[in-house]
Amino acid sequence: MSATALSSGRPRRISPARWGLYAFILITALYFLLPLYVMIVTSLKPMAEIRQGNLLALPASPSLAAWVKAWTSACTGLTCEGIRIGFFNSLRILVPSVVISILVGSLTGYALSLWRVRGANILFGAMMVVAFIPYQVFIYPLVRVFSFTGLGQSLATIVTIHTIFGLPTMTLLFRNYFTSLPVELFKAARIDGAGFYQIYARIMMPMATPMIVVAVILQTTGIWNDFILGLVFAGRDNLPMTVQLNNIVNSTQGERAYNVDMAATLLTALLPLVVYFGSGRWFVRGIAAGAVKG
Amino acid sequence: MRLSLTSRLSVISALLPALMVMLVVYIGATSWTAWMSLTNSRMLPNNNFVGFRQYELLLTNDRWLTSVHNVIIYGVLFVSLALLIGFLLAVAIDQRVRAEDTIRSIYLYPYAMSFVVTGLVWQWLLNPTLGIQHVLRSWGFAGATFDWIVRPETAIYCLVIAGVWQASGLVMAIMLAGLRGVDDEIWKAARVDGLPKWRVYISIVIPMMGASFATAAVLLSTAVVRLYDLSVSMTNGGPGIASEVPAKFVMDHLFERANIGLATAAATTMLITVIAVVAPYLYWRARKGEVR
Repeated sequence: MSATALSSGRPRRISPARWGLYAFILITALYFLLPLYVMIVTSLKPMAEIRQGNLLALPASPSLAAWVKAWTSACTGLTCEGIRIGFFNSLRILVPSVVISILVGSLTGYALSLWRVRGANILFGAMMVVAFIPYQVFIYPLVRVFSFTGLGQSLATIVTIHTIFGLPTMTLLFRNYFTSLPVELFKAARIDGAGFYQIYARIMMPMATPMIVVAVILQTTGIWNDFILGLVFAGRDNLPMTVQLNNIVNSTQGERAYNVDMAATLLTALLPLVVYFGSGRWFVRGIAAGAVKG
Repeated sequence: MRLSLTSRLSVISALLPALMVMLVVYIGATSWTAWMSLTNSRMLPNNNFVGFRQYELLLTNDRWLTSVHNVIIYGVLFVSLALLIGFLLAVAIDQRVRAEDTIRSIYLYPYAMSFVVTGLVWQWLLNPTLGIQHVLRSWGFAGATFDWIVRPETAIYCLVIAGVWQASGLVMAIMLAGLRGVDDEIWKAARVDGLPKWRVYISIVIPMMGASFATAAVLLSTAVVRLYDLSVSMTNGGPGIASEVPAKFVMDHLFERANIGLATAAATTMLITVIAVVAPYLYWRARKGEVR
């Protein structure tokens, strides 16, 4: 721990500065937790209590009715089958998208790192530049391309789209990892006569397990939380949970059911939150690996 | 070493998806968007060249001007506040506090949530009838007003509040990694010299963390240009057009208002802005990489 040098002796007495520090941490932590708390208590209250009571008050008699309604019968537009439709759509989008984007990204990263290919650096550099470009630049041409190929808006389209837009980050992740491995490993395998795909499948990928975990976390949260790509490319039968959630909350006619809205919101946030709290430091590692481009 | 033909074919086959994506998606789509912005395409693309007419229209379009104005306000406030708060949180955590892991998880969890979720939660919190304003009044502050979300002049600041809440944890994580990279010797030397801690942070540590600040700033800036989900879910651009943003302008004109020429002109303007921000950063990183 590098922080050990920070505070000098007297660990027992708490100085005023220390009190200030803990007060700061407490207040900021409350600010960050407030929305989560309000979501939870709102989702457990009946509407009458929400209308009369206080946003921050605990529910008088907690009930899961709003959760059941959000899951099974909340209305998105014309259909009233709950957010579960979106949940399963998101799941069907998520699994193939994560697997394929990691396969393609790791293979690209592997080819760009260990094999001396002419133009590899140019290709890699170009991919890093486009990783920053807003989707709005690509979206319309891609819609045309996919309708031209006959795929239109479909599950296959949205999976392809997630693979395409995940490629720069996935490539970066695996390229940097493979570059950090001892090159002798690769050379020894080549001398033993192993081919390109053999080295990839038998040596490199098994060694890249930590990076695969990071990539799965990064892609799972990213794809689950996507809104704009799902909206444009998934098609009406495959709309992801985020899009359905927005429809449930923002296109309600008549009085809004805030408890159902908040239950649906929590349900949508559930998977990324489970991934986040379940993965601990791996999530931070994913941020560091994905964020520090280059 | 020289590659055999089979190896060479294998490498090429592995790079084929990336090459295709580069050529078709990125270069192809970008050029097509740029070309469309020079035509008078409405609902369907056409090739009637009209020069920079769409850009002229853009500059007199109220909705676009509001969008640009909003994204500038949002961008400046969001980036500076997230950097400031994120840095302060990282410094606080770096003081050998108890339960460090728990505190860090609390600061960072909003980043795991989508912008749609973020927007909807804050829409509810900022709801004037039943949200925070109502709480303040019920506590006895009868005249308390916090109705920013329904007022055109202030709606964009609500997006800032939500955005900062979502992204400060990310900055904290990046900054904490930077702080942990500061050499212990510096702290020891500063203590020997009797420098107060805040002086050390301002005069020594912050200047050393240029890379962390740059990384965080660039990440936040790209999020600013991409700002779309939050505006859609929180205010849907409203009240009126008060919280419209450029990304939403493009989407609406592509898919609802059937004005491809104007939409692609707006998209191209966004592209040029991003390149102007990102190119110097990538160049700087590449230069640094060479030195290292």
